[in-house]
Amino acid sequence: MTGEIGQLALCLALALSLVQSVAGLVGLRSMQARAIATSSALGMFVFTVLAFGALEYAFVTSDFSVALVANNSHTLKPMIYKVTGVWGNHEGSMLLWVLVLSIYSAGIAILKRGGEELTSAALGVQGLLAAAFLLFILLTSNPFLRLDPMPFEGAGLNPLLQDRGLAFHPPVLYTGYVGLSATFAYAAAALITGDIDRLWARAARPFMLIAWIALTIGIAGGSWWAYYDLGWGGFWFWDPVENASLMPWLVGTALLHSALATERTGAFRVWTLLLSIMAFSLSLIGTFLVRSGVVTSVHAFASDPARGVFILLILFLAIGGALALFAWRAPKLAGGSAFQPASRETTLLINNVLLVTALAVVFIGTIYPIVLAAMGTRISVGGPYYELFFAPLFLALMIVLPFGPRLNWRRGDLKEALRVLYPAIGAGAVAFVAVFALVSPRTVAGAGSFAVAAWVIGASVVDIVRILRGRAIAVAAFAAALAHAGLGITLMGVAGTTLWRSEALEVLGPGETMHIAGYDLTLDGVTVANGPNYQALRATLEVASGGHTLGTMTPERRMFPAEGQEAVQTAIRTTGFSDLYLALGDDRGHGRWTIRAYVNPLAPFIWFGAGLMALGGLASLWGRVRAMFFARDNAAVAEAA
Amino acid sequence: MTPKKRRRLAFAIALVVAGAGAAALVVYALKDNVLYFYSPSDVQTKHIASGVAFRIGGLVEKNSVHHGHGAAVDFVVTDGKARVPVTFDGVLPALFREGQGVVAMGRLNDARVFDASEVLAKHDERYMPPDVVDALKRSGRWKEGQ
Repeated sequence: MTGEIGQLALCLALALSLVQSVAGLVGLRSMQARAIATSSALGMFVFTVLAFGALEYAFVTSDFSVALVANNSHTLKPMIYKVTGVWGNHEGSMLLWVLVLSIYSAGIAILKRGGEELTSAALGVQGLLAAAFLLFILLTSNPFLRLDPMPFEGAGLNPLLQDRGLAFHPPVLYTGYVGLSATFAYAAAALITGDIDRLWARAARPFMLIAWIALTIGIAGGSWWAYYDLGWGGFWFWDPVENASLMPWLVGTALLHSALATERTGAFRVWTLLLSIMAFSLSLIGTFLVRSGVVTSVHAFASDPARGVFILLILFLAIGGALALFAWRAPKLAGGSAFQPASRETTLLINNVLLVTALAVVFIGTIYPIVLAAMGTRISVGGPYYELFFAPLFLALMIVLPFGPRLNWRRGDLKEALRVLYPAIGAGAVAFVAVFALVSPRTVAGAGSFAVAAWVIGASVVDIVRILRGRAIAVAAFAAALAHAGLGITLMGVAGTTLWRSEALEVLGPGETMHIAGYDLTLDGVTVANGPNYQALRATLEVASGGHTLGTMTPERRMFPAEGQEAVQTAIRTTGFSDLYLALGDDRGHGRWTIRAYVNPLAPFIWFGAGLMALGGLASLWGRVRAMFFARDNAAVAEAA
Repeated sequence: MTPKKRRRLAFAIALVVAGAGAAALVVYALKDNVLYFYSPSDVQTKHIASGVAFRIGGLVEKNSVHHGHGAAVDFVVTDGKARVPVTFDGVLPALFREGQGVVAMGRLNDARVFDASEVLAKHDERYMPPDVVDALKRSGRWKEGQ
């Protein structure tokens, strides 16, 4: 019964999204149509929640008469994975996509940021997107299809996906991907109404921020998952799927900064619109890459070519339509505003040029193999290609970065900015000398990375001190300082693990010891342990350093009988500054096993820094929310970044 | 030419130069960092030189896996027509099995043995790396629904 309710709710949601798109666009001229657009956005939200709830109910109660549940769930699966298993497959994940879209539509409809007309046009665009994806679900990926006869037991969920952290990875990432649809809708609305001004940037900013925060957390979470669940010791593999999430993030970051200039001085208006369109277009391209099976990964659910073609069609209509609208209307928009070479706008311009270049590098590296594959040559682009470009681009970005917040809009004072930044320059110099002198192996790249990181973090500390002394306006500057410091900390983590990691691979029998970076690891033995829906081979290793026992670590290999699959469970012992990382390899007979060990210096900094970036975003969002509810606090309205 | 036009022309030229420079850099970087994918038949027919990095994919031949000294392991990758011996010093993925699909990254040594730096197996029972499917299809060993 729930299946039919879900199906009906989806059809009603589709009908309402069509009404919403027509009413939203007509609403530019008519107040009645605007009211209809608002209420259909809310109605569409309610019905999508209902459909999602119905699917959730089918999963939780293990209703195997629904084909999707039978193919992707199992009665023995822990409850949390029954709940999250809803989006661990193609159909459910698309429904989640639409659910998030409907939440944003409802948010736009309720908040009405940027005035009645802009809201109405934005709702119209959101309605079109929702209709396209609902049609996609109903025609090619219906999650409520029945299975007759109903099987006795389900097929289970890919064990790689049975992980507490990963369970919430898709909703977070979708909040980011789809959040960019709101910015996209606002950009299209500005092009339709022919009016972009500082109010536009202020209206769209909370959506940009939410999307950016979610993307940051989602990417960091995905990389953390790759780090501890794949057992390869690395945190980023330049896999097409990782790139698919990095591309919208790079453009989203550029957008956050250019929209800042648009909001404060009206500069970069047209460019901000183009970035808004690009950011969501890359989200769509990411969805296509990941879901269509064009690239192979744990994310590629669909193998049905009809789905790939349908998503491709949506992609062309959305991107093509938006770019055509841009080409037609953008020349009619009012131009930007002038600024001096030494001004905050200049630093934001450099930020944008570098980030968009980084995007181009990732885009080419990701698309080139796909294009070649279509012509029959299979290649893959390796990490060194990306690193060759990312190292200089991000170092340049971070050298310029601290000047931004120190320079005024339109016309800044470079000498004064430098004077304020003396402590940060000192921190950078000290870091360079210290790392170069003390850390082996000695590399200029390592010392240089730490100098740049110290320079950025130092500048953030200078900013925070100035805020505490009441010399700068709090929320916006504080948010920027947090996010920028986070970037510096992440850089330290990346440099530390990349340049100074130790790796050891040995076959150990019971009682035998291996050595890595000052640690002594002694194998006690490998035993069989039972989990709720898996059997594990668990190695117990005693960890000692300099003769002192530190404790035991238990890397595992888990066999999931229902799914007929295996997964590795690494063991990580962290000091906060360095990770000791163990993975259990294969059985070499006679109680001997291969053990792979890594010591990854500063690895935790990668995610700590990412967390700080997200916190910076949240602080900025908090400034906005405060401004929204306490409009009298005008300083905060004007300054919140 | 008015000063405005001259400025625009200079800007356009700068843009073209910068774009060409960036494109040249990307092509140069890609050239050195692209890994081609070959099937065992390709390795035989294309006479790939020793020391060139590439990826190889196919099935792990039955009864070909031998554990050597330490973590070293040898096996043979086949597509039914040709076979390439592989040596690997590392941890095999959890789903590495004889008779199953595998993709290895590395280069041929002077003895024409593929020295792998990384070995990837398929993700799960239902899934086969498309590169391997492609290689098997070309050698006629692929049956639909397999």
